[in-house]
Amino acid sequence: MKAFTIHSGIVAPLDRANVDTDMIIPKQFLKSIKRTGFGKNLFDELRYLDEGQPDQDCSTRPLNKEFVLNQPRYAGASVLLARENFGCGSSREHAPWALDDYGFRAVLAPSFADIFFNNCFKNGLLPIVLAADDIDELFRAVESTPGYQLTVDLEKKVVRKPDGVELAFDVDQFRRHCLLNGLDEIGLSLQHAEAITSYEEKRKQQAPWLFV
Amino acid sequence: MAGKTLYDKLWDAHLVRQNDDGSALIYIDRHLLHEVTSPQAFEGLRIADRQPWRLANNLATPDHNVPTTVKERALGIEGIADPVSKTQVQTLDANCEEFGILEFKMGDERQGIVHVVGPEQGATLPGMTVVCGDSHTSTHGAFGALAHGIGTSEVEHVLATQCLVAKKMKSMLIRIDGTLSAGVTAKDLVLYVIGQIGTAGGTGYAVEFAGEAIRGLSMEGRMTICNMAIEAGARAGMVAVDETTINYVKGRPFAPTAEQWDAAVAEWRTLHSDADAEFDRVVVLNAADIEPQVTWGTSPEMVVDVNGKAPNPAQEQDGIKRMAIERALRYMGLEADQRIQDITLDRVFIGSCTNSRIEDLREAAAVVKGKKVAASLKQAMVVPGSGLVKAQAEAEGLDKIFVEAGLEWREPGCSMCLAMNADKLGAGEHCASTSNRNFEGRQGFGGRTHLVSPAMAAAAAIAGHFVDVREWMN
Repeated sequence: MKAFTIHSGIVAPLDRANVDTDMIIPKQFLKSIKRTGFGKNLFDELRYLDEGQPDQDCSTRPLNKEFVLNQPRYAGASVLLARENFGCGSSREHAPWALDDYGFRAVLAPSFADIFFNNCFKNGLLPIVLAADDIDELFRAVESTPGYQLTVDLEKKVVRKPDGVELAFDVDQFRRHCLLNGLDEIGLSLQHAEAITSYEEKRKQQAPWLFV
Repeated sequence: MAGKTLYDKLWDAHLVRQNDDGSALIYIDRHLLHEVTSPQAFEGLRIADRQPWRLANNLATPDHNVPTTVKERALGIEGIADPVSKTQVQTLDANCEEFGILEFKMGDERQGIVHVVGPEQGATLPGMTVVCGDSHTSTHGAFGALAHGIGTSEVEHVLATQCLVAKKMKSMLIRIDGTLSAGVTAKDLVLYVIGQIGTAGGTGYAVEFAGEAIRGLSMEGRMTICNMAIEAGARAGMVAVDETTINYVKGRPFAPTAEQWDAAVAEWRTLHSDADAEFDRVVVLNAADIEPQVTWGTSPEMVVDVNGKAPNPAQEQDGIKRMAIERALRYMGLEADQRIQDITLDRVFIGSCTNSRIEDLREAAAVVKGKKVAASLKQAMVVPGSGLVKAQAEAEGLDKIFVEAGLEWREPGCSMCLAMNADKLGAGEHCASTSNRNFEGRQGFGGRTHLVSPAMAAAAAIAGHFVDVREWMN
């Protein structure tokens, strides 16, 4: 997995609550058997005016000029600013894959849906929960300042504003460790293979019907 | 010390290792797989040269991409017109063969929607941990199991280690006192709950549904409730084990037999929250307040009684909520204050992992029996959840009732719940659907979904618009 230590980038504001994973990557793009290439279909139904198809050349499709990612001032954005309950709905890991493939490294929101939140960490994408007031203020700052950038420092667990003000955030210690070092969670769990085997032996005595 | 919740008991029984930082390694008894979220996980195993930890805990079936017309299905995999869909199903077959995982393939009578197949086979048992790369895995919690959806990286992790790295969730009790009135079903109950607590109300919680109304439900009804726990934000929903649970499981192909059955039942009877258990949050609702529900908007919490109307954004104080209401009304093509019963429908879909079990089909058939689908409707379809549900329905003559009423009788699969196959809504079309998500574009680009119970969908198919199904009952 890609490591995440410190990242600075342009912030794109997505001003709507309950953005679901169908919205992040519509179902017709889930048919791929690969992990990459979803970026061009990120937010497909919001971003383009026509109905997207898998394996299509997106460069000639009609764009929804109103949509935030199509506005030139947010070109190259790598930090997504979002509202409550971001990533709700389907468990598709294609949602973080699409955000990552597009170039986002971090998502800032007042709250996230659980499954999406988990999936981000496994793909080097950092979801950050900030207080609703701070998010509100960031929306105002981003909208009034073209080229607004934030620095996300996972080592120090802070989001740094251009004026140097820092917003602290919480992150699970184990997940932080994995992200900072780009560690593969399966490899880490397999270090406990003996514990898994001894659990199985014990459980087999208690509930043999689970081991037929 | 307070007693244990059902969730505490399930968690403790599966704890392999507690890490210092609060995360834990949890053992997984049943891993269900389908074609959409597994290919990249198998690819990961191959790249790292890893083998599945315990083959017997895995069970696979294709469901999201399979076509549902009799004609297409007669051709097997070759009947899948979309080449990308076909590749996904072929990839699942190839992966299961390569790694030695049991799969109910297309053409096998046991194939179906993974959340219908697991319980039907007894592959979901009380006291188990059940995961699948699908958020509606919460369904299996109806059996007093700890069941939730996982992402593809976690699918790979479970295949390789038979464990999941997890953090214990908070606990919520949703107690529904009293009994549901006639014509009000499990689907109405869960939509009402989501309307009350919101789509993020359960985020971070494992929810136990309890109370007289839940005890009175069949296993099918309980599965419908737990299925939609995720639409309230809760990854896991669960119901304590009782005689209804045990009677349902008995005799199913994967269920224990003889002495093991007796030992299993003795353990399963302990799978309930202790009387003095404490929950982080308790919500108490009254079943008598629940009427047939219809969603008007683009989130399951945007729901009202069938005799109600769409909201008026002018009456909403909160700016973000007002914007959401305006956007939803625009997408749905509805006016502020429009009566729900005045919405004209284009299609009706009865199916999905929420409502495609035998009891759901019986409920719908009872409503349409001897009547005809409204001429104004473009399509009304019934899609059974598995090959075995289909066979059972046909043995009871339900297929004939549907076909005589003008509904299409299909082959099992996810179908129009999520438009990954040929069954889709056209732009602007309104659909009365027994599925679980009314998100923008979920059932097809520009499609407008209204979530309802099977009985309400059936009545809407006959009337061509929403009606209060209770008025049709004797």
